[in-house]
Amino acid sequence: MAKTHVTMTVNGAQVEGLVEPRTLLVHFIRENLQMTGTHIGCDTTHCGACTVDLNGMSVKSCTVFAVQAEGAEITTIEGMANADGTLSALQEGFRMMHGLQCGYCTPGMIVRAHRLLQENPSPTEEDIRAGIAGNLCRCTGYQNIVKAIQYAAAKQNGVEFKEAAE
Amino acid sequence: MNDMTPTREEREARLEGMGCKRKRVEDIRFTQGKGNYVDDVKLPGMLHGDFVRSPHAHARVKAINTEAALKVPGVLAVITAETLKTVNLAWMPTLAGDVQMVLADGKVLFQNQEVAFVVATDRYAADDGINAVEVEYEPLPPLVDPFKAMAPDAPVLREDIKDKSDGAHGPRKHYNHIFEWTVGDKDLTDVAFRKAEVTIKELISYQRVHPSPLETCQCVCSFDKIKGELTIWGTFQAPHVIRTVVALIAKLPEQKIHVISPDIGGGFGNKVGAYPGYICAAVASIVTGKPVKWVEDRMENLTTTSFARDYHMTTEIAATKEGKVTGLRVHVLADHGAFDACADPSKWPAGFFNIVTGSYDFPTAHLAVDGVYTNKAPGGVAYRCSFRVTEAAYCIERGMDILAQKLNMDPAELRLKNFVRPEQFPYHSALGWEYDSGDYHTAMTKAMETVDYAGLRREQAARREAFKRGETREIMGIGVSFFTEIVGAGPSKNCDILGIAMFDSCEIRLHPTGAGIARMGTKSQGQGHETTWAQIIATEIGIPADNIMVEEGNTDTAPYGLGTYGSRSTPVAGAAIAMAARKIKAKAQMIAAYKLEVHEDDLEWDIDGFRVKGLPEKFLGMKDICWLAYNSPPPGMEPGLEAVSYYDPPNMTYPFGAYICVMDIDVDTGVYKVRRFYALDDCGTRINPMIIEGQVHGGLTEAFAIAMGQEIHYDEAGNVLGGSFMDFFLPTAVETPHWETDFTVTPSPHHPIGAKGVGESPNVGGVPAFSNAVNDAFSFLGSVHIQMPHDFWRNWQAAKDLGLIREPAAA
Ligand code: FES
Ligand code: FES
Repeated sequence: MAKTHVTMTVNGAQVEGLVEPRTLLVHFIRENLQMTGTHIGCDTTHCGACTVDLNGMSVKSCTVFAVQAEGAEITTIEGMANADGTLSALQEGFRMMHGLQCGYCTPGMIVRAHRLLQENPSPTEEDIRAGIAGNLCRCTGYQNIVKAIQYAAAKQNGVEFKEAAE
Repeated sequence: MNDMTPTREEREARLEGMGCKRKRVEDIRFTQGKGNYVDDVKLPGMLHGDFVRSPHAHARVKAINTEAALKVPGVLAVITAETLKTVNLAWMPTLAGDVQMVLADGKVLFQNQEVAFVVATDRYAADDGINAVEVEYEPLPPLVDPFKAMAPDAPVLREDIKDKSDGAHGPRKHYNHIFEWTVGDKDLTDVAFRKAEVTIKELISYQRVHPSPLETCQCVCSFDKIKGELTIWGTFQAPHVIRTVVALIAKLPEQKIHVISPDIGGGFGNKVGAYPGYICAAVASIVTGKPVKWVEDRMENLTTTSFARDYHMTTEIAATKEGKVTGLRVHVLADHGAFDACADPSKWPAGFFNIVTGSYDFPTAHLAVDGVYTNKAPGGVAYRCSFRVTEAAYCIERGMDILAQKLNMDPAELRLKNFVRPEQFPYHSALGWEYDSGDYHTAMTKAMETVDYAGLRREQAARREAFKRGETREIMGIGVSFFTEIVGAGPSKNCDILGIAMFDSCEIRLHPTGAGIARMGTKSQGQGHETTWAQIIATEIGIPADNIMVEEGNTDTAPYGLGTYGSRSTPVAGAAIAMAARKIKAKAQMIAAYKLEVHEDDLEWDIDGFRVKGLPEKFLGMKDICWLAYNSPPPGMEPGLEAVSYYDPPNMTYPFGAYICVMDIDVDTGVYKVRRFYALDDCGTRINPMIIEGQVHGGLTEAFAIAMGQEIHYDEAGNVLGGSFMDFFLPTAVETPHWETDFTVTPSPHHPIGAKGVGESPNVGGVPAFSNAVNDAFSFLGSVHIQMPHDFWRNWQAAKDLGLIREPAAA
């Protein structure tokens, strides 16, 4: 099949590649760019394991063709750590609050939560639950993911994180 | 002692041993997208394989034409049963003693069955190839309803064995019958029922569901023709078992097979079995000489690899008027699909379903299970539970509620009246198990007090009155469940897989500087073994957990183990770790005695080293002992400090718990709200409370999904209707309730550290708690048992059946 040339910015770096018109963005990222932190968990746009940040929006990269991302600014899990290489507030929050088990949903969750906190820096528990409804987790039961995001919000807002009473 | 000497507390804390909420080692890589899952494995020249699948549930395959497919750009090969026959691999043995088609051989027996395997340069080209393969089918009548499987005129499904009167588990009664398994004293149980003052009988079904981990099943196979070696990276919960299976069926020498389970994105039982994809990828690699990757998509995952449950349990309980149970009789019709591919230990065709007497002191019981073939996907795995234990727990916990309703007695009170009492342990159940330990009354009472059970019942009584007066359209349900699990398979006297005893293993090697590596026969899929195994070692031998690297999943380096499922890792491998550590400690004691110039018996263990009894300043820490082991061991002693343990447990372990769910249901819409869910677990000694809590949250969420919505349903033609996340319920953060967790601690008396395992308890106890809540809500309106899953529609239907819905008048 004829190939198309695409260029985009991924985690701050200019990248390019040849893709078929039908190549999914998630495959371009995982296979052409060999950034395998973005995962695939379904065929129906339900699970969110493939979530990336595209032009300031959370997007399921299994439901976007690579050619549609021409010229886009993309951030994946590999671009989430602080500039000095330390864990971001969200990454740290997931670890401190035990917000992950098998880790398969985690990249998508963190990338999604990152955008959620940009949109709403002080979300309530309800806001968080609604805000990550596009991301499925089979392991954690979400409760500690919610706490992880609360932890990160508190840290980013410079306030002390108080674990919600059980 | 100077001020710099760390206190005992500081020394303990530095170890991060058992009981510590140690943060997970794994998370550093997972939170940065640096996990290494199977689909991340990319080898030079790697090809992709994908399946042509059957659209029919039951059909004869008249012809497969691969010509057009082979002309598709990028397609290199199309493998069919005919190809596989040349290497004797058209069929493969299952763990349950049956055989299964790898690719359709003459006919297909379930929708989406594997028919041909297309190998191409990338996954898109493989898809193109699939579309170009032409298969000619002649549809046959499908058999979907398990209750019709043994009818005289039922269609013959398995032509390969239709005349065989004996299966792997004894005589067969019909050509669609697989086995009958009976346990218990039938005559005594019949007598108990004849004499009973009160009996109940109900068909309790546990629908077909699927474990559905977020990562599907996948593998990469790479055959090196020169060396004759096969390397397989795969999503395997039991990598050593896979190596042995491959050695046996592919007739390759076992030392030339390297099986690697890298990071696994959840398993829940889905990744125990051997699937056609693995065989086809291996054959394709041998045929093409290139590495071949096979990755299931979600639809394939839900519709072909390993369903769970599908048990139809006719449950009878006999009791006195006062509510003392006197007998239990259960008949199970087990729908196994087209091949018996249950992942149970060899001698247990219905797993450990004979734990069905639950937490209650039944003087007698009898159980019979009939397994049958239908035109559905094969499987029958333990979806986040020990083998068929969640089915058993659901059966007895619904049964007890139905009995309570009949006796007009509170369900919690009925349970308290019939619990096995603490002084009865070790307790021999009527169906053959020896429960190691338990204190059920304490757990149940604590749960009831915490949620103010009496207050909840008062509230419910008031709301029922209000409902009857027409003041509200909402009904309130209180679901109680008390479960006893049986995990830690298992003692070699009764558990094996393909003849291999179900021990597990650990090898610990300490390095000169006071660090070390531990290798295990288990394989974490999210349970956090890299974190918790090091904690056991830290407590046992006083080396900080941070200094111990845990490695699993590589069959070349890890000692042989039976893998991770059925909550067996902590009960079996956890014990192996402690035993290996104790061997090291014994040698360390000899080294310390020599160095401190005392007799070994004059030493005592103190957190992280040995101290001379009565001379507290004479102390040698483990870190120094590690150095001495390599630098100057006692004369006559081999240098080094390492040990291996293969642990064959003397018994299973029996975790238990009390769960209470409070739910409100709107009868006009069927919409429910889980108001409160409280889970008390007793898993014996607790290694990492943070991880235990996480396991309980996750297990409860899966229980919620099963009870309230999941079903792999088939229509009459055998079309599978639960084949994607559109139709198969996976709760999001919005639907998932808030979980309250609690615990009691009753250590296992026979386990070296007293641990029992916890990962699966919440699924086992959770499902009946939800289902009992729904049933309890409707019970005052005359309803006895509503089948799962209790989704909005079914709740509405239940209300309608009870005449609660006012039909709009016909126009
Ligand atoms: S892979 Fe599931 S939503 Fe993209
Ligand atoms: S941590 Fe396993 S799916 Fe979320």
